[in-house]
Amino acid sequence: MFKSNERKPFIDDKDLVQVTNHGALRYPHRLNFYDRPPLYDVTLEEFETCALDRLRILAEIESSAARNRSWEELKTVTNAQCLKYLPLHATSAKTVDRDAERRKDHLGHFVLRLAFCRSEDLRRRFVKAETTLFKIRYDGDDHVEREMFLSSRDFDWIPVDTAEKAEHRKELLASYQGSKIETVREQTFEAEKYYKVKWTRVPDLVEKRKVFLKRGWAYVPGKEQSSIVFAEFEANLTKALEATARALPRLDEDTRIVPILDNLSQGFLAGVPSEWIGSAEHATGDEIKAEMVDELAKKHFPLCMWTLHNSLRRDHHLKHFGRLNYGLFLKVLGLSIDEAIAFWRKSFDRMTDDKFNKEHKYNIRHSFGLEGKRANYAAKSCMQLLTSGPSEAGCPYRHYSPENLQTALLSAYSSRGLTSADLPEIMATVKAAHYHVACTRVFEMTHSTFGLKKGEGVGGGESVTHPNQYAAKSMEFYKAQQDNAEAMVVE
Amino acid sequence: MAVAEAVDTSPEVMLTFYRRLYPFKSIFNWLNHEHAPTRLFTHREFAFTLQGDVYLRYQCFRTAEELKKQVCQLNPTRFEIGPVYSFRPKDKKTAPPGAFNPVQRELVFDIDMTDYDPVRTCCSGADICRRCWAFISAAVQVLHVSIREQFGYEHLLWVYSGRRGIHLWISDKEAMELTDDQRKALVSWMTVIQGSPESSKKLNVRLNNRSLPPSLQTALEHLATIFSELVLADQNVFESQQGFESLLQQIPDLNVVKALRETWSEDPSRSSEAKWADLKSQARAYAKGSTQRINLTSAMEDIILHHTYPRIDAEVSKHRNHLLKAPFCVHPKTGRVCVPVDPERIEEFDPEKVPTVNQLLKELDSVARSEGEIGEHHSDWERTSLKPYIDMLDKHALRLMEQVRRDKRGRDVSW
Repeated sequence: MFKSNERKPFIDDKDLVQVTNHGALRYPHRLNFYDRPPLYDVTLEEFETCALDRLRILAEIESSAARNRSWEELKTVTNAQCLKYLPLHATSAKTVDRDAERRKDHLGHFVLRLAFCRSEDLRRRFVKAETTLFKIRYDGDDHVEREMFLSSRDFDWIPVDTAEKAEHRKELLASYQGSKIETVREQTFEAEKYYKVKWTRVPDLVEKRKVFLKRGWAYVPGKEQSSIVFAEFEANLTKALEATARALPRLDEDTRIVPILDNLSQGFLAGVPSEWIGSAEHATGDEIKAEMVDELAKKHFPLCMWTLHNSLRRDHHLKHFGRLNYGLFLKVLGLSIDEAIAFWRKSFDRMTDDKFNKEHKYNIRHSFGLEGKRANYAAKSCMQLLTSGPSEAGCPYRHYSPENLQTALLSAYSSRGLTSADLPEIMATVKAAHYHVACTRVFEMTHSTFGLKKGEGVGGGESVTHPNQYAAKSMEFYKAQQDNAEAMVVE
Repeated sequence: MAVAEAVDTSPEVMLTFYRRLYPFKSIFNWLNHEHAPTRLFTHREFAFTLQGDVYLRYQCFRTAEELKKQVCQLNPTRFEIGPVYSFRPKDKKTAPPGAFNPVQRELVFDIDMTDYDPVRTCCSGADICRRCWAFISAAVQVLHVSIREQFGYEHLLWVYSGRRGIHLWISDKEAMELTDDQRKALVSWMTVIQGSPESSKKLNVRLNNRSLPPSLQTALEHLATIFSELVLADQNVFESQQGFESLLQQIPDLNVVKALRETWSEDPSRSSEAKWADLKSQARAYAKGSTQRINLTSAMEDIILHHTYPRIDAEVSKHRNHLLKAPFCVHPKTGRVCVPVDPERIEEFDPEKVPTVNQLLKELDSVARSEGEIGEHHSDWERTSLKPYIDMLDKHALRLMEQVRRDKRGRDVSW
């Protein structure tokens, strides 16, 4: 419905000054404080995809914190992710539809607000991730455009005039941080513009004594101005989320939206983006047959699913949660209902047909949404596996004792190039409770033959967040290599 | 501490104290900021420590009378004041999950003499005397000025903690509403001596260009005088071998350290003042503006701050939900009442002159006897030595209420 409003890129006229373009844009600035909610109709699909794409980025930011990435690394990874899922070009980029990009950014943010306002914990984490994203964008924004953005909004800071600056010159200079060389420091100080705000708005600067305080006013030098902006962003968002949380029960909500929101907010826990939705997007093309599972497990499964597969083969049986988790995993992997029944029937080969049909067939059909309430169950994500109890076939990185984990790792992955020399690094990460980081690192190690390097995660710096994502990515690597090989043969 | 008369804080004594002397109305006014009960009082957590160290949290009351009734009924050894919550603390369990949170709270500081053990020679641990109270009074002076000048807060109430420390309650509206993060930032700004007493050398003072932040520069001028009077002359901290060794540890210049150690080891009776003078002359031996001299002067400044700058118990101030003993409670060990202290006259304050609960009850008895009256009066405290202290709290509360009224009127006018 917005198509009619989308504008064709401007034909570049060299005589036209760039600034004249701004008025034509619905969103004049790349940065957005999200003061105004989107007041237009959106399709349900757009509602969900905007949010999901944004969620991927936020989840990556969260997991970066767990992986202890430096600010520079974080910026690189996030920018790469942004480019993939949520590109946001500078106003000067005239060949792209900036308004559409910014609209998506705007919409995604507000959908996620709805999903993440529900609990204190979710709010806190959402604010943190969003603020970081804002900081990254602010950092990378063009200086001129940033200035224009800042002046477009009232930040309620009071510029300190020259007289006042002179009055407090001694104190301001003393707390001014700059070059180690005194004369240079003084020079930059003279040129510095100061702003006055209530100290409560810049607690980070106060904490480090980077400002001069007088009767509750903090004198903030221009180069620390971003602190005010970030604090403002954070405070605004926190307040807005609380307001949304209060309003949410009263909102006349569409019953179609609630499940989407639930799904989104669940997915964010434990540094996990969303459910690994649908195999459609990630299907590797060919249908997976029951007899292929053995081969796939050996090559592509994450440790959790590999262990389940292994014990299924060893014991010819799996306990309830094992069946549940593994079954759903296989469903999302691409096993059709018929193949799934075939697979399980063959796996439980010590069971009579009668018992299988009575006790298991229903459950398998149920998990495919063909029985009972006919819900399309999603496969368990890392978050769910991490938070489940140890007896419930959860994440081995979390629930196994160190010795068992090392044995399991070696027997699962030694065929894929993992050696005992790699174990100390993985075990150290596990010890620090960064289980998904450990899993990601294993992925990197076992896919190094495809040219995957440390820090690249499952590709593009993404970390493991879902067993199906792990398997799908692994299969992608494999397929890409095969395609290359085929291409070479053809040549 | 030498307590001349026997301290008796038995339940009977405490009950009489609460019934006849404790200024509930004044406490109510001070917490509530208005005459009619507001959330500041009704949603406020009180926590009682009952006889036998039973701890009772999340109590709350609608009025001063209700508080008095409950206190007299439970007869706690002391009670503490917590934050204002989003719900009445009593209804904690019925509040929706996650919705029961502290929303307002006086900004509080706690300075305790035990933190000064590495730099005092007269007493240690729980003991306190007139001499080492000077450390507290130095801290109060610095903090009082800093909070007012730098943060602009006006409504500061200093309260003696009953034994060896002092509390500060700041009731300005903005201070009440500070978040935990903001409190943490403020505490960091105020903190100079970090870490445990063992790692006492670590000072959080220098900016990256090695200069003192202006806030500390101002404090330093005042503290330098206190340093020579208190640390050098009175406490004579550097006289002992152990004392001067810890001083030498804080000097970065190895040549100076070596020279001083030789002189001082030869002359064990050399006073702290003389030693400090030695250090000064060592600094002067370097050319003005030379790196060595600057380093040495900075080190000397750090030493002064280290010995005299307020040592704040950061954990108390950082979190809104921290409980702090209410003013006018009785310290169970000393029997002394936690009375407000006038920061302008902090130097005259003598913790040993603070009335004990037993002394107050005796005063009551003699008043009753001389007047030949029987029965209780509503303002019995007026006839005891508690009066000036309660007047102080009343005056403080009055200023606060005045301010709130002014703010309200200001808002009305703006319409």
